[in-house]
Amino acid sequence: MKKVEFDIPVITNHPITPSIKEGAMAHVRPFVAKQGHQEALGFPGELVDDWHDKAIEKMRELLGKYRSLQVFMDSCVKCGACTDKCHYFLGTSDPKNMPVARQDLMRKVYRRYFTFAGKYFPKLVGAVDLTKEVLEDWYSYYHQCSECRRCSVYCPYGIDTAEVTMAGREILASVGVGQKYSNEIIGKVYKIGNNLGLPEKALANTLEDLEEEVKDDIDVDVRFPLDVKGADVLLVTPSADFFAEPHVDGLIGYAKVFHQAGVSWTLSSHASEAANFGLFIGSQDNMQKVAMRVREAALELGVKRIIVGECGHAWRVAYSYWNTLIGPFDFLDPKYPVPQHICESTYDLIQQGALKFNKEENDDKIVTFHDSCNVSRASRMGNMPGGQFVIPREIIKAACNHFVDMREDTIKEGTFCCGGGGGLLTDDLVELRVKGASPRVQALHEVIEQHGVTHMAAICAICKSQFTKVLPYYDMQMDMIISVHQLVGDALELGVER
Amino acid sequence: MSFLSYLYAGLFYCAAMVMVVGVGRKVMVYTRIPAPLKIPTTPAPTTRFGVVGRMLREVVFFESLFKSSKWTWLFGWAFHFGLLLALIRHLRYFTEPVWSWVAFLQSAGIYGGYAMVFGLLGLWGRRFFVDRVRYISAPSDHLMLALILAIAGSGLLMKYVWHTDVVALKAFALGLLWFNWAPLPSDPILLIHLGLVICLMFVFPISKLLHVPGLFFSPTRNQVDDSREQRHAPTSV
Ligand code: SF4
Ligand code: SF4
Repeated sequence: MKKVEFDIPVITNHPITPSIKEGAMAHVRPFVAKQGHQEALGFPGELVDDWHDKAIEKMRELLGKYRSLQVFMDSCVKCGACTDKCHYFLGTSDPKNMPVARQDLMRKVYRRYFTFAGKYFPKLVGAVDLTKEVLEDWYSYYHQCSECRRCSVYCPYGIDTAEVTMAGREILASVGVGQKYSNEIIGKVYKIGNNLGLPEKALANTLEDLEEEVKDDIDVDVRFPLDVKGADVLLVTPSADFFAEPHVDGLIGYAKVFHQAGVSWTLSSHASEAANFGLFIGSQDNMQKVAMRVREAALELGVKRIIVGECGHAWRVAYSYWNTLIGPFDFLDPKYPVPQHICESTYDLIQQGALKFNKEENDDKIVTFHDSCNVSRASRMGNMPGGQFVIPREIIKAACNHFVDMREDTIKEGTFCCGGGGGLLTDDLVELRVKGASPRVQALHEVIEQHGVTHMAAICAICKSQFTKVLPYYDMQMDMIISVHQLVGDALELGVER
Repeated sequence: MSFLSYLYAGLFYCAAMVMVVGVGRKVMVYTRIPAPLKIPTTPAPTTRFGVVGRMLREVVFFESLFKSSKWTWLFGWAFHFGLLLALIRHLRYFTEPVWSWVAFLQSAGIYGGYAMVFGLLGLWGRRFFVDRVRYISAPSDHLMLALILAIAGSGLLMKYVWHTDVVALKAFALGLLWFNWAPLPSDPILLIHLGLVICLMFVFPISKLLHVPGLFFSPTRNQVDDSREQRHAPTSV
């Protein structure tokens, strides 16, 4: 294991809420975007001279653009109900990582410039001027929020800190201090088509290699089609699925399902990425521009359906925003939901009896399921509320004999973020990622102790990468984390009569 | 009629005006600002009807708060429900003849007063004893609790210790309502009680009491989860 320069949280048998430690994470901040990365997204290259006025102007603009932001700025009563709900607070003890305190970084400025009380009685209501120090704090702590919305579940007014974080990041980017990781990646999507910067040729080769690999493995011709005009289904999946471990086993799983069910499908080189980091930086314009490639690809290939692979935030953007940003989808088959989640599609096929499993293939595993935040709290699957919790679990149970859930308050709508979401999956934030993962790791530790759990399945590329990286810090195996569709792919009976 | 009576009458009118106009303006602002994207916190109801149910559960039972912190819920709910009962009890000053259900709930109003004090003390205690809540409390948060506690306390004192002339008080209240002014009894405790209420009305639209209208406008709670079925236009309000 690598040398570690920070304390790794101790994993206890029961969850604990730490006492606050002021300034514990003040030193943590991601790299700032370079000029080129900023300008590619339409932001100024460096901190502009009149940043103060520009920032306040931007704030005014956002307050007039998002009802959520305006209502959230006004409504908090400081009841404290959210203070022990954020995994970053639980993992770091830094009080500025309590959701309400994170919002207050902006709210205190809002009050100073936009409210009567803050203009005339700033001390009384805790209002402050926007100074360089405040801006620095914004940069630090708006990049210590994974926009996971856990706090919004528990707030009596539904105040969603993620909305405030997004606004904070957009203001920062618009005065010249964007975040390198997210902005660089969005730039790659514009230039090359996906987060990893994998060009079309390389993608085609990768898919060919996969076909060979599967053929060698199980002696079945499972296809991984690219840019096939007239296919029924366009699959849009996070680019990590193309070669990162354990993601790629998920992709193999999707391909096997389509193969066995006889679904004609294709990937697209134009939209070879489901991820949409426009969400993370709070920029609706960039989010729309990134999403638009999917519409273009679907039209160009003439598909009838769009299915989205295992990716949490991508599913949020697809489920909640695509219709608004790149819809309407009247050119697609109305018999299927648009977009459809890969799990919805697989679940339907299981229901129809189109898939048969040899569950014993997974008997070496005792599996638990990590609900990803964006799927759980910002989207749905199926046609009933909470389908996003039922469907993946039903799929796992169809493919495995041994499944157990983690503690109830750490799953479903109360699920803990993996610690790497919201544009924080970068090496310059490893300390935050490791500490922020601790509430999830604690709950996982419980089921390992009690039920001998060996694997945790997930349906999000970020979760998978994050756990692969951070589990070893807690002396857990990095390959504990697997794709739901790996379980599916491993147990699916191929070639048998349907 | 004394100067004090005129002063209090005048202040009441001003305070009512500030409160109604202030909150009304905020509501207008909230209504005008678009909600460009669908952001209900899921699982969320998939129909309008379901959303009404969700909002009702929030307003009546504080559902989300119940999920998050049982103590805060207990104190908060006791305070708000007590406040409701106390307000209902006070309707007897503004109705003639007193509505029968208001008469029926008179003694419940007293318990409401107790519940308010209990809840407020609990909420205030958290601001001192829970380090996280202490950290986020601004002076205004303490003042607001002090103000409402003083209102509840002075009210209870009038019931049990220093009685005031409730018949004359009712005449004053009805006079305010029908613009047919009558003198206000000049017991100090009553003047304090009413003075504090006037303060509260003044600060309502410029303080965190805006959580009252805010609750109804929170997109994470009031949006329907139907983004695939219904295209939500970015300009939707
Ligand atoms: S959205 Fe998630 S990461 Fe951000 S403050 Fe809320 S709980 Fe913490
Ligand atoms: S739960 Fe909501 S109202 Fe309470 S402190 Fe947190 S953000 Fe504010």
